[in-house]
Amino acid sequence: MAAVIAEVAPERAAPPRLWRGVVLALAAVYFLVPLGASVWFTVHNPVTGFSPDPYLELWTAEGFVPSLLLSLGLALATIALALLLTLPAMLAVRLAVPRLRPVLEVICTLPLVVPPITFVAGITKSLATGNEVLAPTPFWATLNAIQDDAFPLVLVFAYVVLALPFVYRALDAGLRTLDVRTLVEAARNLGASWPHVLFRVVVPNLRTALAGAAFLTLALVLGEYTVAAILGYRPFAVWIVTISGSKGQLSVAVSVLSLVLTWVLLLAVSGVSRKRGMSR
Amino acid sequence: MARAAGTGGWLGALPLLAFVALAFGVPAVAMVAGAFTVDGSPSAGAMAQTLQGGYLTVLANSVKLSAVVAVCGAVLGAFLAQAVVTSRSAALREAVLTASGVLANFGGVPLAFFWVATLGNSGVVSGLLGLPSGALFSFWGLALVYLYFSIPLMVLVIAPALDGLRPQWREAALNNGATTWQYWRYVALPVLTPALLGGVVLLFGSAFAAYATAAAMGAGTVLPLVTLKIASALSGDVLTGYENIGLALSLDMVLVAGLVMAVYLPLQRRSTRWLR
Repeated sequence: MAAVIAEVAPERAAPPRLWRGVVLALAAVYFLVPLGASVWFTVHNPVTGFSPDPYLELWTAEGFVPSLLLSLGLALATIALALLLTLPAMLAVRLAVPRLRPVLEVICTLPLVVPPITFVAGITKSLATGNEVLAPTPFWATLNAIQDDAFPLVLVFAYVVLALPFVYRALDAGLRTLDVRTLVEAARNLGASWPHVLFRVVVPNLRTALAGAAFLTLALVLGEYTVAAILGYRPFAVWIVTISGSKGQLSVAVSVLSLVLTWVLLLAVSGVSRKRGMSR
Repeated sequence: MARAAGTGGWLGALPLLAFVALAFGVPAVAMVAGAFTVDGSPSAGAMAQTLQGGYLTVLANSVKLSAVVAVCGAVLGAFLAQAVVTSRSAALREAVLTASGVLANFGGVPLAFFWVATLGNSGVVSGLLGLPSGALFSFWGLALVYLYFSIPLMVLVIAPALDGLRPQWREAALNNGATTWQYWRYVALPVLTPALLGGVVLLFGSAFAAYATAAAMGAGTVLPLVTLKIASALSGDVLTGYENIGLALSLDMVLVAGLVMAVYLPLQRRSTRWLR
């Protein structure tokens, strides 16, 4: 027996094995080379040599600021609408109508099953049909209003649907750590109104989960291309593609920046959730 | 109190249900209805047309590409996750898992430009390697690009399962005279199988649904994918009736994706049972 243990023990303390080194080295090459090459591509021009110009040129490039502002505006509206719709519904199924809980779960998972391109195919079709059917009614103006080029609400609606799974999971994780029923009943017994309960009792306790949901939605909206491109709007991701033909370096520079931004946003999410872990 | 909460509760869930019915239900119904319409009258013609000839090839392209990406991504991701999980460096583990979280969410347009800058026709590395023009825009080129988000996704999915393999199981197997190969074959792999298969299915789904990357690369001319085909059917000046083909292709995609999910969910449930 001692011999067996002696055989096992040194193996566990063995120096890093060869295969692990090989796997990690290959992974490092595969994942780091495109990053390095892209950065190199943006700062090195075969003719003029080194220059960080693409990163400076960016801010004055035609369409950059409007498209970024449009994306940020869409993101804020999406976050607000997604949270306002999801949080009350999730509280409701916990407090009052647990029967609806599986329904809610399915609804908030469905967008993961449906590829965005097929979703936008459905949207295109419904907008076209709506245009025909609603033309004689006052709703026609509404339909046109949500497709306004300056701020296309139809994108916000689509993004809320796409964000539902992420928002649902983030809030679900947050609500699991709370005794929502006790909190709400205590507040109600002390005479708080429902809005008061929602905004002064539940929301402060869910700060971290709400922040996580908001960051994930922000990352999703900033990077979203499919829906916006097919519907013919020009937020950030669509803008990158439209300039790529004439300004290759610029589009890669924007891609590098957007990777950095994604990284920061997701670090913020994990930082927020870690803080919650520590404070509990 | 209970009654007051009851009525309030219904009202709380109502806006979301109404919103989903409108923003998700209406497009879904419109898609299905459009898929079964030809020239304004109900017909299964468009659906039948998408399952033959060129459209079937396109659908098969997408399925083949997604399957290759899913299997390769799952295997490579599992090896990478195992290398990281068994390493004693907490910093390495943390770094790889964080990077995986970022890269798994980093699909779309920027990913396409990263690879175009690296291996595209005037890319930095393709110049060094002397790659033939257009190599990136082939089947395997696109697979290479898709793996860039698929492998990290697999690492995220499989790492908890690998963490759940108790060292005691290995010790017990080795004490009973098993070789390392036998341990993996008869103990570890059976425990990991649902998680591995679940990962394959998830990777398949994400590669199958991917549109932005392929579109931004302009891959459609070399390797027509179903997502690109739908996009061209929906936008621009098209023949009448082509729109219904786009919707029918969409329905095909949803059916494939739904099938994939139907496989994934039970697998996920089974894998969590062992890994508490």
